[in-house]
Amino acid sequence: MTAEELNELIEQEVEANKLFVHSINVCVAAGCLSSHADQTLDALKKEVKAKGLDKEIKVKGVGCMGLCAAGPLVEIRDASNAAQVMYQGVQGEHAEQVVASAGKQSVQSLVCDTSIPFFAKQVKIVLENCGLIDPERIEEYIVAEGYRALQKCLQELAPTKVVEEVTKSGLRGRGGAGFPTGLKWATVAKAQNKQKYVICNADEGDPGAFMDRSVLESDPHRVLEGMAIAAYATGANRGYIYCRAEYPLAVKRLKNAIKQAERVGILGQGIMGTTFNFTVEVRLGAGAFVCGEETALIHSIEGKRGTPRPRPPFPAQSGLWGCPTLINNVETFANIPPILRKGGAWFASIGTEKSKGTKVFALAGRVSNTGLVEVPMGMKLREIVFSLGGGIPDGKKFKAVQTGGPSGGCIPEQFLDMEVDYDSIAKVGSIMGSGGMIIMDETSCMVDVAKFFMEFCKSESCGKCVPCRVGTSQMYDILCKVTDGTATPEEIAMLEELCDLLKSTSLCGLGMTAPNPVLTTMKYFRNEYDAHIQGKKCPAGVCKIKAAQEVLV
Amino acid sequence: MNSTLASQIVTLKIDGKDCGARGDETILSVARENGIDIPTLCHYDGLTDIGACRICLVEVKGSPKLFAACSTLVTEGMEVSTNSPRLQRYRKTILELLFSERNHVCAVCVSNGHCELQAMAMKLGLTHVRLPYRYPNLKVDATHTRYVQDDNRCILCQRCVRVCAEIEGAHVWDIMGRGIEARAITDLNEPWGASTSCTSCGKCVHVCPTAAIFEKGKSAGEMVKRSFVSELAAKREVYE
Amino acid sequence: MSSISAMPAPPSSDKRWKLVDAAIKRHGRAGHSLIECLHTMQECFGYLDEQGLKYVATALNLPLSKVYGVATFYHIFSLKPQGEHTCVVCMGTACYIKGAPQILAALEEKYGVKPGETTKDNKLSVLTARCIGSCGLAPAVVFDGDVGGKMVSSDALKRVEKWMNI
Repeated sequence: MTAEELNELIEQEVEANKLFVHSINVCVAAGCLSSHADQTLDALKKEVKAKGLDKEIKVKGVGCMGLCAAGPLVEIRDASNAAQVMYQGVQGEHAEQVVASAGKQSVQSLVCDTSIPFFAKQVKIVLENCGLIDPERIEEYIVAEGYRALQKCLQELAPTKVVEEVTKSGLRGRGGAGFPTGLKWATVAKAQNKQKYVICNADEGDPGAFMDRSVLESDPHRVLEGMAIAAYATGANRGYIYCRAEYPLAVKRLKNAIKQAERVGILGQGIMGTTFNFTVEVRLGAGAFVCGEETALIHSIEGKRGTPRPRPPFPAQSGLWGCPTLINNVETFANIPPILRKGGAWFASIGTEKSKGTKVFALAGRVSNTGLVEVPMGMKLREIVFSLGGGIPDGKKFKAVQTGGPSGGCIPEQFLDMEVDYDSIAKVGSIMGSGGMIIMDETSCMVDVAKFFMEFCKSESCGKCVPCRVGTSQMYDILCKVTDGTATPEEIAMLEELCDLLKSTSLCGLGMTAPNPVLTTMKYFRNEYDAHIQGKKCPAGVCKIKAAQEVLV
Repeated sequence: MNSTLASQIVTLKIDGKDCGARGDETILSVARENGIDIPTLCHYDGLTDIGACRICLVEVKGSPKLFAACSTLVTEGMEVSTNSPRLQRYRKTILELLFSERNHVCAVCVSNGHCELQAMAMKLGLTHVRLPYRYPNLKVDATHTRYVQDDNRCILCQRCVRVCAEIEGAHVWDIMGRGIEARAITDLNEPWGASTSCTSCGKCVHVCPTAAIFEKGKSAGEMVKRSFVSELAAKREVYE
Repeated sequence: MSSISAMPAPPSSDKRWKLVDAAIKRHGRAGHSLIECLHTMQECFGYLDEQGLKYVATALNLPLSKVYGVATFYHIFSLKPQGEHTCVVCMGTACYIKGAPQILAALEEKYGVKPGETTKDNKLSVLTARCIGSCGLAPAVVFDGDVGGKMVSSDALKRVEKWMNI
């Protein structure tokens, strides 16, 4: 597709939309779908048709609006795309009322207040199109300035300039460790090899994180555009998206998006009339957390067991089939189009000194407003949990925020006023990870939580290196003894020794970070460990402590 | 990439000793050339290194991370330390983990006296295991006419997998499952004796560090290994 | 140097093998498509049986042990048939702290099956998932592919009960 054809397509789409006076957007991302948003969408479509309004009101499925807890969410917008009202918990039976309210008095009983901090305090870059465009139509993405950044790169910027712009933005990898994206791109770009690859890591394995899923389901073209720009900048011509098989809807929408992009010539050979070629293929994961690790992910794409290998060499030097390979995660790629559209300096003006831009967090657990929020880096943890998240429900007391999944840790109340960015989270012993935030209240036992994550690491360990394979198993056994009240002080000392061993000697990040949940809970909630060991009591009432006689027998 | 590295000459220090090496050599090979012993378990001369056992970890000045000597290439100016108290401690604990994992009973073992795991324990001064033994209930496969596989003694070093795939070219062995449930298997986890791919060459027997694979008819202490694999690897060539 | 053997005949005349066959050929019988082909086979048959694994191994020119190693590494693949219906309880962190273990306990108490097991009448398999990404609706349970959010034990039992009475 040439630039003229792109503009033509936009004009056609805008023209077609002019006919509509209102649009009713129904969230059809996975969260709302499990609240039966598909039935709501059908009912609304039928109602509009029945009332003969299908020339005036456009009913469409859109991506995630964020507040999953209140789903299915429906939004009415006018011809200028300004929001009239958002409704929550909309079922099929509400269709008549909802359709009748377009441009008129809103249905008070269904209104979802969008002036609350959950919505008002968000700054959307990654999620800018989520909830606005139909993820299954490339035309809508293009009208929303989609593929403009790619066009700009191909026509105006040399590959080195693209890398420079990304470097200037200060963007850091959104998948876990926060490695500077520009530096990674530059390494792959510099590598002397004819064949290079770009891989999108969509193996969102951290339990409690679902932002990548949401982006893929709500705005798949954004990820493709980010990948295409990366390929152009680094000199790659083939891309793979490694997506979890647990996300069937994301896979379906991705495959659909790839087909559409190929159809209009945005992917394929001679993109936009240039000599740039880029094709993308989706590869399915199969239920292995360790495949989030770069070298394990590469093995998996190669059809092998997903075991990591020692680094160096890093994938940027020797990756997929031995070729230089760029691996970024979904959210990282999703940041790329706006950075190239608006410039690296613009992006760098948002966030903190060392963590630029925004971060999408998945709020879950014991918090009122569960769902996705995108906020500038550096927002206070307290603000995220209590203002956007709406605090702890049922009058319970806050205990901790778990970030970073099994590689992260539990952050206690004393750090609520911390500004959230990569470095501050690392300082308290956790990691940013992919941005999952599980809020826990007094009903959670922190030893039990540590045991939960150790069970996770034990069964997700690939088994290749000894410290992780046997160490996680031994640590899990000790934690089981703590939770049933039979652990000895010597065993606690051994637990600490094993934490240090795994951190220092494991082959990959899974083993190295597996001790984090234990270390943080031991550091900040030592009293709970002591209560189990010495007091033979679980303060939260979660663990089943063995009676004294049982132990003796 | 490796051809350019091979032509580079680098100098480095290992335990304070100045060493010269080619750029495509590992820390382990340079150390051994210079008479510095780094303990290893999964490494085997002639087979691809996988960095799995973590026994050969060394410290490199300027990095907080530890590196597996078997699979880390030397670089110019590198300062390697191979035997610090911290490394010794880690190595011992890793050995303890290995002993606790399965059922290693030396007294009745055909490899008693010729076992690399046992030798490593003596070398590192490991006198007792502080961790509880897991005592898993594992299978012994004696269906092969000449050899026996005993999961109880396997340390998952993958030497059998590598020698069979890389040197013999049969790829009879692989690892199934994962984590603590990982096991070495033949074909589709079928009895070894029924294997359609095994050539009965016996290479796996001779690279096994313990007696997870051994010859039939041997009693305690009689299983002595021959080392011919590295020679085979070195002499491999495409004929014509 | 390497020679490609002829494409083997499928294990049986079952029409579903045609789909597996198509997946194998779509990837040009390349060894790296193993996981994709296993996905297709599991979609078609519900699990991976020995004959099928042998067929895929031969078609892709891969060692049997390697295929078995891959099939048992990834938890999505099942080497034994599942029950008529599957109930997948999400055990992600959010679901865990919001009561997923209680749902599993209720299912076990009523039907006598632990995660990974199938009832004797072959009607129900109970499974767990690491995280299905529906954390906003925790705890979540997937009934034959249909996600149910904010579940309590009684809801889950009710959904399962419907299958068992047919």
